[in-house]
Amino acid sequence: MSLIGLSGTLLFIAFIAYLVATLFFGGAIKGTKQDASKSNKKWGKIAITITIIGFIANLGYFITRWIYAGHAPVSNMFEFTTAFGMFVVGAFILIYFIYRLPSLGLFALPIAILIIAYASMFPREVTPLIPALKSYWLYIHVITAAIGESILAISAVAGIIYLLKNIDTSKRTKSSIWLEVVMYAAVLVIGFVIVTSTFRIMGYEADFTYVDKNGAQQEITYNTPALFGMHQYELKSSGKMEPLAEMPAIVNAKKLTTVVWSVLVGTILYGLIRLILRKSISRFIQPLANRANLQLLDEIGYRSVLIGFPVFTLGALIFAMIWAQEAWSRFWGWDPKEVWALITWLFYAAFLHLRLSKGWQGEKSAWLAVIGFVIIMFNLVAVNLIIAGLHSYAG
Amino acid sequence: MKSITCECGHVNPEGTHLCEKCGRPLTDEDKKQKIVDMKYEGRAIRSKTYNKSIIDKIWNFFSSVKVGVSIIVITLIAAAIGTFLPQVIYVNVTEGEDIKQAYVDNYGTFGKIYYNLGLTDIYSSWWFQTLIGMLAISIIVASLDRGIPLYKSLKNQRVRRHESFMKRQRIFGEREMTSAEADKTLDLTEKKMKELKYNVRREDGVLLAEKGRFARSGPYVNHLGLIIFLFGVMLRLMPGFYVDEDLWIREGETASIPGMEGYYLHSNKFTFETYKKDEQKEEFNQSKAAVNSVAKNYQTDVVLYKAKDNAVAGDTTDLKQVLHHAIKVNEPLKYDGFALYQMDFRLNELKAMNFNLVNKKTGKSLGEVNINLADPKKVYNLDKQTKVELKGYYPTFSGFEDGEPQSESPVPNNPAFIFKMYTPETPKGETSFVAIKQTLEPLGETKYKMQFANIETRNVSGLTIRKDKTLPILALGGIIFMIGVVMGSYWSHRRLWLQKTVDGRLMMAAHTNKNWFSMKKDLDTVTEFAHLPNWVDQQDDDDLKKKQEKEKEGDNTL
Ligand code: HEM
Repeated sequence: MSLIGLSGTLLFIAFIAYLVATLFFGGAIKGTKQDASKSNKKWGKIAITITIIGFIANLGYFITRWIYAGHAPVSNMFEFTTAFGMFVVGAFILIYFIYRLPSLGLFALPIAILIIAYASMFPREVTPLIPALKSYWLYIHVITAAIGESILAISAVAGIIYLLKNIDTSKRTKSSIWLEVVMYAAVLVIGFVIVTSTFRIMGYEADFTYVDKNGAQQEITYNTPALFGMHQYELKSSGKMEPLAEMPAIVNAKKLTTVVWSVLVGTILYGLIRLILRKSISRFIQPLANRANLQLLDEIGYRSVLIGFPVFTLGALIFAMIWAQEAWSRFWGWDPKEVWALITWLFYAAFLHLRLSKGWQGEKSAWLAVIGFVIIMFNLVAVNLIIAGLHSYAG
Repeated sequence: MKSITCECGHVNPEGTHLCEKCGRPLTDEDKKQKIVDMKYEGRAIRSKTYNKSIIDKIWNFFSSVKVGVSIIVITLIAAAIGTFLPQVIYVNVTEGEDIKQAYVDNYGTFGKIYYNLGLTDIYSSWWFQTLIGMLAISIIVASLDRGIPLYKSLKNQRVRRHESFMKRQRIFGEREMTSAEADKTLDLTEKKMKELKYNVRREDGVLLAEKGRFARSGPYVNHLGLIIFLFGVMLRLMPGFYVDEDLWIREGETASIPGMEGYYLHSNKFTFETYKKDEQKEEFNQSKAAVNSVAKNYQTDVVLYKAKDNAVAGDTTDLKQVLHHAIKVNEPLKYDGFALYQMDFRLNELKAMNFNLVNKKTGKSLGEVNINLADPKKVYNLDKQTKVELKGYYPTFSGFEDGEPQSESPVPNNPAFIFKMYTPETPKGETSFVAIKQTLEPLGETKYKMQFANIETRNVSGLTIRKDKTLPILALGGIIFMIGVVMGSYWSHRRLWLQKTVDGRLMMAAHTNKNWFSMKKDLDTVTEFAHLPNWVDQQDDDDLKKKQEKEKEGDNTL
């Protein structure tokens, strides 16, 4: 098998391992008693073992791809997002060995699975490096920042479990609705994965020409039926769907089309789930959180921010500045990606101060952790795809 | 200054909550509390004590964490708004084009409003800078306000604390014991806690085991780092600390380096390379992205020269070669505190044009004229009687105005010339206007013409010259910040107090500034080993009540 083929297989093994481990973590929280029973402990042990095996396979993917490509595999959307998913699992393993809370795995692994699934929707080719990306500092920066973000993400996982346990989902309150919005957002990601992979399997391709912002003629290929057309588009492939509406030149109608497809399919999927469950998703999965200890969850949330914050500072700000100084002649340039790293950092600084001196613990702290994760994902998804800057990898 | 005298006789300054010496709660409110507030060890905090003079008020404003967090959040939101549309520095406008118009053209009404609100250059706006300044002041004031009392009290800790202090700790336990039993427990505790890397201090019947005290200074160290960093950023505004210049240099040219006095740069060659097909991974070649070739390298090969010390400025006759370097993206040339970066380029700029002086009828050439477009000569002599005079040169010819040819810029994008041609046949000279794809003979038809032969081109490198003397200060600030944030985040300050009472009990109390579950693991270990009293977390049974209380009160601690 070629190295790149091996790499792909390892990633697949990791993916399956995470799925299986999630089921075992489910087994580890069965029962009603607060104290973990013997069988619970056994399930927990198996679950973390499988997780670690998956993580090793995942690392194997990372290393083999690195060797094959000749550069660290964090240089396009697929590579970076996959690495992020891997680090989330790594961060979970780290926190698990401090606190040994199985329900953390039950929620952290599905999030990592979603992230990796999302990543696989992007082109997986090994891209040659443009000159700006040829720097060791860049890789040190990207990898450290991603590790920091993934540790911070664990605080959001603890936060979600905390909220599920603490919020009365049978009542319609502001918090229960927002919690359901979080669940809905996760379903939208599944919607994106379904749409993209369906049309990919069908091999859908529609070529267009359009006129860009500067008045130049460009070509673009849609991989989903075009709902929106680019500025002054012209369909070149025969027998493909004509766009429903044309967008002005500053809007990337292809990306917009993908977003709208994902929201459509995700919403239908969400509706179906609601129909089958006959209750909200948060109410349905609430029992999974019931046995966790609130104070422990609160501490895990805080602790993971404490562990992640310095790593994030080092990676996303300090190493980033060193690289920017080497590559762009200035350590800071108010590029959107830089600004969003700063925003994330300021947000977690505010989180720490609010907790320390305003006593924002428990539910408030849990919400802040979830919002922090939203900011990180925004930085990863939206800033890369919508607000293009120096860092924007091809989307 | 008012002061509070504790029952133990110690005189505490106004605003103290827990006696500095024995730990007794001092105010009525503190006495009522089931768990004491251990923030800053109950020391008097300036901002919580005085609120009379205007200075007090300013001090209290900046030391408030509520204010500090508000500043952070406002900065964060402002920073986010600045990313809605590209900032002016990232908008390309050709010369003469209005930047505002560019926003209107690209983003419509929203762009116009965004521009008019000044959001297109938000990060250099006075109010954004003011926010950062206030952040700095807030950090300094808050750190002094709390850091000094905290430092004092941790340094002067007594081992023996009053019973009322012990009982009001979050973790507390007591049991009746004989004196001998208690002594044995103290011994065992000392042994175990030392194994767990605690510092143990003992006095008559009391014990204090402590670990990770330095973690408490973490926030103050990291704030110091931030302040040093912000100070470094401000220093750049001082002249001499910061140089930022651009240099366009052509192949073969030697230019003085702006901002870098006495230094000259010679460009040997500019190279732009793209990946060849066999350099790319196969699966990339099969993809659509591969249709456009991917940039591989931008590189300027340069030689750096230094003028002799006593040389007149601009005199390039006597230069000393310093070094050769290939400037690439990510590999700047660094010398003497300066760095030269590869930032931009122009390929194939016209360098020279060659013409033949041709007899129109016979088509015979009298010779070739080579015009260096950067530095054209006035007269080109072909032989004794044959010469071409350059009467006019228009590097970027843009048309005629009042019969006069015009040039838009000094860069030879579209050169045009007025030649006067002297030959043995036409000794008085003939005038001809020559531009690309256009020849005019304004003073009557000519016998000879300047026939275009070929062009020579060269590449131009866009370099940026930087000097930033503040970098060491920024690096220092960053390092101090990292040390502080790691100290405060990866360690916690844990303490265990034991006390033998006269009426035959052993009391234990414990405190940590964070991560109570991890602290309890230590306690579990030592409790089992040393037969300590069974302890409870007084916050656990109290949790619900406290939660309701807090919501009512709206938490006004800071
Ligand atoms: C972006 C700027 C800031 C950063 C990155 C920062 C960072 C930190 C960190 C990491 C901690 C420790 C938190 C913990 O251990 O949970 C801390 C504590 C603290 N910060 Fe800041 N800080 C910033 C701005 C401020 C400001 C503006 C104030 C002013 C009010 C402030 C006041 C404090 C105080 C009073 C503490 C608690 C110290 C203690 O526990 O003794 N900080 N800061």
